[in-house]
Parts: sequence; C-alpha cells; structure tokens
Amino acid sequence: MKVLVAVKRVIDYNVKIRVKADHSDVDLTNVKMAMNPFCEIAVEEAVRLKEKGVATEIVAVTVGPKAAQEQLRTALALGADRAIHVATDERVESLAVAKLLKQVVDVEQPQLVILGKQAIDTDNNQTGQMLAALTGWGQGTFASKVDVQEGTVNVTREIDGGLQTVALKLPAVVTTDLRLNEPRYAKLPDIMKAKKKPLETKTPEELGVDIASKVTQLQVETPAERKGGIKVGSVDELVDKLKNEAKVIS
Amino acid sequence: MSILILADHHDGHLSGATAHVVAAAQQIGGGDIDLLVAGQDVQGVAEQAAKLDGVARVRVADHAAYAHQLAEPLADLLVRLADGYSHVLASSSTTGKNVLPRLAALKDVAAISDILDVVSTDTFKRPIYAGNAIATVQSADPLKVLTVRSTAFDAISESGNASIEMVDVAVDNSLSSFVDEQLEQSERPELGAARVVISGGRGMGNGENFKLLDGIADKLGAAIGASRAAVDAGFVPNDMQVGQTGKIVAPELYIAVGISGAIQHLAGMKDSKVIVAINKDEEAPIFQVADYGLVGDLFQILPELEQKL
Repeated sequence: MKVLVAVKRVIDYNVKIRVKADHSDVDLTNVKMAMNPFCEIAVEEAVRLKEKGVATEIVAVTVGPKAAQEQLRTALALGADRAIHVATDERVESLAVAKLLKQVVDVEQPQLVILGKQAIDTDNNQTGQMLAALTGWGQGTFASKVDVQEGTVNVTREIDGGLQTVALKLPAVVTTDLRLNEPRYAKLPDIMKAKKKPLETKTPEELGVDIASKVTQLQVETPAERKGGIKVGSVDELVDKLKNEAKVIS
Repeated sequence: MSILILADHHDGHLSGATAHVVAAAQQIGGGDIDLLVAGQDVQGVAEQAAKLDGVARVRVADHAAYAHQLAEPLADLLVRLADGYSHVLASSSTTGKNVLPRLAALKDVAAISDILDVVSTDTFKRPIYAGNAIATVQSADPLKVLTVRSTAFDAISESGNASIEMVDVAVDNSLSSFVDEQLEQSERPELGAARVVISGGRGMGNGENFKLLDGIADKLGAAIGASRAAVDAGFVPNDMQVGQTGKIVAPELYIAVGISGAIQHLAGMKDSKVIVAINKDEEAPIFQVADYGLVGDLFQILPELEQKL
C-alpha cells in the first residue's frame, strides 16, 4: 500500500527563540531550521512499514517555502521514494495545510497518511485531525504503536490516563507521538541518492485551495520572566523556606 | 451567542478540568453556557456537571457510539449540535485535542489550541514555541472552536443546579472502533490538578528509585510526574510526563528532582507558583527558573527531605 507522510520545516528544537522587536512574530532570520521532530517519527514509521513489506511506496509532502525542500530531501534520504512540495511563502494555518493535503490525497490515493501529532513551532496539534475530517477517514492520533492488518490499522494511542487502542478502517490518518519509534540518521550514500529522487513542485493555486486564514496573529510577546531564585544550603533550610517564606507547605 | 463545552470525563467521573473550562467560557461571556456530556451510562457524570456554577444546561448524549470518547462519532455529534452556538470549547486534554480540530474542519473554521487568556469574544492568547512566546490571535470565523489550558483559569465552584436534558442524536460510526485500554491506577491526585507535584528525571537512575518520591508525595499530597528523559529511559509510564509533549501543570509547588530543565520540560511546568530544584549539577538550566535550588545528591537529599517534612 501507498503511505503519504507530511513533514514540516521548523526551528530546530534546541534553539532558544527570540521575539521580533516589533512583536509581529518570532525572529527566524539566520536561525537553524530542521524537520519537526514528530515528523521525523512519522517518516521513520513509514520506512519501517516499507521494510516490513506492508508499504510499497512512500510519498513525502510538505507545505512551505523553497527552503523546505531540504526537509523533503531529508525524508528521501531516510527512505521516502518521492516527494511533493507545495510551495508558498505565506503563513499557512493548520486548516489550509489540511485542505492542501486533502488535494494531494485525492491525487495520490494513499491507504495511510502519517503526520506528526504537533509542530513544535505553532504547537497546534490540529492538522492530522483536520485532514481526517476532510477526507472522511478515521483518525489515530498520538500513536505509540501502529499495527496494519488487512483492511484495518490498530493504533495504540497515548491518552491522559494511559493507553487506548482503536481499530481504524483503511484508509486512515495517523499522528505520531514521541514513543512510536526512534528515528534513524540518514547515511551519506543515502543523502547522495536522495538528490536524484523525484521531487515535484505544486502551488496552492494549482491545487485549487485558498490558503487565506480567518485567524490573524495580532501580536507575539515574550512570556513574563520568572525572577531568579536562591540556592539553599541544606534540606533544613529548604523546608524552612517552603514553610515560612513561600508558605506552600505547612 | 452562547457557548457549548464538551465535558471531559472518565470512568463515571467528571474531570476536574471541566470546571476550569467553564471559567474560561464565563470570561468569553455573551450568553448561556451549555455542557455536553457524551458517553455511555453517563447519568452520574451529568449530575456532577449540573453542579458547576454558571452552567445553564447540561446536555446528555448517552449512547454506545459515544463510549470511549472516539473522535469520529463525537465530532459528528458536535457538528449536529454546534448550530446556534458562537463558541465550542473543550479542555486541552487528549480528548479535546483529538475531537475539536476534527469538528473545526467539518465546520470549515479554524481551531485555536490551548488558550491561556481571553482578550475578547474573538481574541485569545495562546503559547507557541513550547511556551517561549505568547501569541495573541483573533478569529473572524462565525464559530470559534477552542481548546483551553485548564491550569490558566481558576476553577469555578460547585453550587449550581443546571437543568439536565437528553440529546437524542445517534450517529453511525463505521470508521473506528475501540479495542482496549490500559490505564495507570493511582491513589494520588491527578497530575494536571494536583496542588503539589514532585517530578523525577534522568538523574533518578532507574524506575525503582522513583519510590524515593513516594514518601514525600504522600506527606505533601502530591502527584508524581517525570521528565521526558525519565519516560524515554523506561523508568515510568508516559502518562506521568510533564512537558510540551506531555502534561502541562501549574501547581502551587513543583519539585524537580534530577531534572536538567530542557526547554520541552520547562514548557510543561514553568507557570508553577513555586519551583524547587534538586540537582547535583549546579549549572543545570532548571536552577534559572527555580525559586529554591538545592545542589546535591538526590539519593541523600530525598530521604532527608521525607524525614523532615
């Protein structure tokens, strides 16, 4: 079966972000970018399905600026067969991304779409659920185990009280949680080979999707700083401070 | 202009988060606040929900299709009920995060995740970049679909007496079915709602050593949490994880033991009122946010702390 994997280019997760002086957004100039960690897990899961003989073809897709092709090349180096770049320099909200992915799904007809559960920049945790709604498919969100059977996929999900397993009729949408797998590193020969793999570019206009959002970002600010605390010298001093200064224990 | 809240519940109990979501709905204001309790055999939950102050009606959808809170039938139910409401809210629990974006897409509107503050009926604040920036966003959609960070709003009290009415909408769900669930059993308070949280990190060394936290947690009535490092190392189950990818907590007292303080962990706890860090590395970033830091070996400090509490 064919698997579609959506990936996003985001700020590297180790980078300490800066808010722009005019408070319009976070400053992304000259900042290290990378594939969203949850998307790496999605790619890895697709590659493992292919290694098990379950998946026959993996198509990686991204929505974003030209530079996001780097992340598609990474996905190709990790084992995706070909890639689709939906090119736009606009800010694209989750609903519009889901609509663009729906158009790609209509053309590619995958049996499974795997996405990360959330992007670490916008922290929305929406796109997979929205794509499932638009395609009319079942959704297995926050997956820590994916088991493809004939015509169905069993997804073990991380929920607040523990784990829940659901069975979804294929085709379906799955979003990955951190514990689904440990992504591999791309090897140099694979990175070289990935440069020759097919990468197709489309635009939102070609896909017939209006990406304008009804949500406006008015302002971005730095959260209130916590004021620096003190170091105490002993357990006695700690207990005393918590009782008599902070008054959080009695 | 009225507001519908999808109530969170499990095992016949209304989740504590729901009282916080009602508070957020009151800040939005503008009309009646209705609570939807969807599930199977949820009469008891509906009665608990009816006690929440400020709730006009509790609407109850009691049907086998809604058991286990699967996203597909719940979103279909909400689509049918959403007309006439200006806002649909749920807590940022795994259920709210699973269901509400699906509803939003079915209604062709945006979803706004994890709101921290209500500026006006259409403008909200929410964290981005693991809580390292706060965005103010305004929605021009006719229906606002919002998940609420429960720790950012004070719970409303429970002296109400809302009316309870049944909703007779059954939906077909051929897309998904429940297989099983494995829930962690605990006598301790729920992590997201506890007044005190004590968490262990990689410095705990192994899962067995987490028992060192038990006695302190008992004395303080605390919930026990963990960093992602401790979960990934297999020390404790993942539902104990505090962080950007786990639970967001804001207790009165948070005690971080053997936790370095990576960005992703801080995202889950840095709104705690008082933070205590116990770590042998005095350069650990956790000390930059801790009100009280104690540098030393946790294997000596923890037993001493338990004894002195």
